Amino acid sequence: MTVNESTQSAAHAGAEQPSRFDPNALVQIRRVRKSFGAHQVLRDISLSVPAGSVTVLLGPSGSGKSTLLRCINHLETIDGGRIIVDGDLIGYRRVGNKNHEMTPRQIAKQRENIGMVFQKFNLFPHMTALENVMEAPVGVAKRSKAESKQRALDLLARVGLADFAGHYPAQLSGGQQQRVAIARALAMDPKLMLFDEPTSALDPELVGDVLDVMRELANEGMTMIVVTHEIGFARGVADQVVFMDDGLVVESGPPSEVLDNPQRQRTRNFLESVK
Amino acid sequence: MSAQTPASGAQAFEFSTEDDIVAVPLRRPWRWVSAILVLLLLSWFIVTVATNPNLDFAAVGEFLFDPRILSGVGLTILITVVSMVVSTLLAVVIAAMRLSSNPVLSSVSWFYVWAFRGTPQLVQIVLWGYLGLLFDKLRLGIPLTDIEFWSIDTNTLITPLVAGLLALTLNQAAYSSEIVRAGMMSVDEGQREAAFSLGMSPIYTFRRVLLPQAMRVIIPPMGNELISMLKNTSLLSVIAVMELYTQAQVISSSNLKQVELLIVVSAWYLFLTSVLSVPQYYLERRFGRGTTRNLPPTPFQRIKAALNSRKPGPEPAPATTVTTVIGE
Repeated sequence: MTVNESTQSAAHAGAEQPSRFDPNALVQIRRVRKSFGAHQVLRDISLSVPAGSVTVLLGPSGSGKSTLLRCINHLETIDGGRIIVDGDLIGYRRVGNKNHEMTPRQIAKQRENIGMVFQKFNLFPHMTALENVMEAPVGVAKRSKAESKQRALDLLARVGLADFAGHYPAQLSGGQQQRVAIARALAMDPKLMLFDEPTSALDPELVGDVLDVMRELANEGMTMIVVTHEIGFARGVADQVVFMDDGLVVESGPPSEVLDNPQRQRTRNFLESVK
Repeated sequence: MSAQTPASGAQAFEFSTEDDIVAVPLRRPWRWVSAILVLLLLSWFIVTVATNPNLDFAAVGEFLFDPRILSGVGLTILITVVSMVVSTLLAVVIAAMRLSSNPVLSSVSWFYVWAFRGTPQLVQIVLWGYLGLLFDKLRLGIPLTDIEFWSIDTNTLITPLVAGLLALTLNQAAYSSEIVRAGMMSVDEGQREAAFSLGMSPIYTFRRVLLPQAMRVIIPPMGNELISMLKNTSLLSVIAVMELYTQAQVISSSNLKQVELLIVVSAWYLFLTSVLSVPQYYLERRFGRGTTRNLPPTPFQRIKAALNSRKPGPEPAPATTVTTVIGE
């Protein structure tokens, strides 16, 4: 994206949401709208995520937070607005005053910079942990096999799974699978990591290991957008908490404001219910 | 187990110290009765067949490796392999069309499967054999114009063998496409999303992520289809393709040893289908990796293990007086 265009949108979005605008942010979401049939999932979402910061999306189920996350790497198309990651307009090319959807190959190129971790892990079941982590660096980024293997082993060691490189996903616990999934996403050296309810499918005693890995990642300066119900994680790690309901951002700000001193009744009700 | 049970006051039974009790399984005399009955029936059947004066076992041995039978076996294998390979490729295309979001492609694919699955294979075979009645010449040119690059008399190109190959291939493609489609649909949608999120293109995702997982579901029914195909080649006798069954018919029509030749043919079909189950077993193992926690050993590995266990183990280590603990 040109600097010119992002400053234009700056003036526009800045007028209505002064606190959230940051023209230098790594992720800029501007007035994004999305419907599934007649149901409008995202009404008008604007959001900035500065590089190196952690943003936690909170909200009741059906509020659109997972959909928003999936729009950021174009797993879902959007009906209007724009999403810019590291200066690239995601999923679309600007032609006149319209955005035209890119070809699958162009979109794939953009996704290399954006790692994603899913609620159900989605590891490739026919590959070992090591092969899962190596597949994209070797097959997509065309790095050498030896280099990718060394890097994959380092990443597995980093998530505490050095001894499990040869295991198939079916031989790993949920928490271990999710940590392999994080290592797999990191192997492409993404600039941004998206976490879609990474601990919701885990047994309670396994949640801690995954959150520890995420916490460490945040401390190392990774830019992260996390959809989660773990309020403790949000309070301890997030720089920005965004509370969404019914396709709108209800409230956003540092955790000390949104979690400890919510201004809106809807936010208070939600925080009460997940306590 | 310790010999002494803890004396837990009120729970002290009089035989509580006798914990070495043998558990006797239920006796099942009817297993013996039913087994003997079945064995008796079986031996009665074998004796009846073996002592039948109308059966000429020498003829079975004589024709088992008759050159005509062997050439029939060769042609049967050729037809099976060609039809199966081509129909599988066609099936992938038909399944992809059916799964595509283009309504024309998906309807045409649906119609194809409907037509070829809904009519008897025998009828289709005869129909292809009569292709010459429908088109006297086959032309290569621009449709609906008189421009023609090449043309050939239908009965020259479509020999009984080609008609048979066409019939079996096109029919099989309809069935196989449904198997391929089921395999593709069995892969979780999250797999595609995970692959996409790593920057994989749709084709790369299909080749490296979706297809290997679909294969696990596709291979067992395709093994079935392969065995069916091998046996269905015998239907081509109606259009005089000189495969195994037709050859046997030709021989028996001259020497009138119909049953003997049917035994020869059956023996060959049984042998070929047995051979075909071996690659299926190994393919299933290959594509099943990651699905079971521990793959059982293959029969060869079992035999190897059994032979190894019979060999005497290595000599026990000699006694030593050194008592250094490693790592101290």
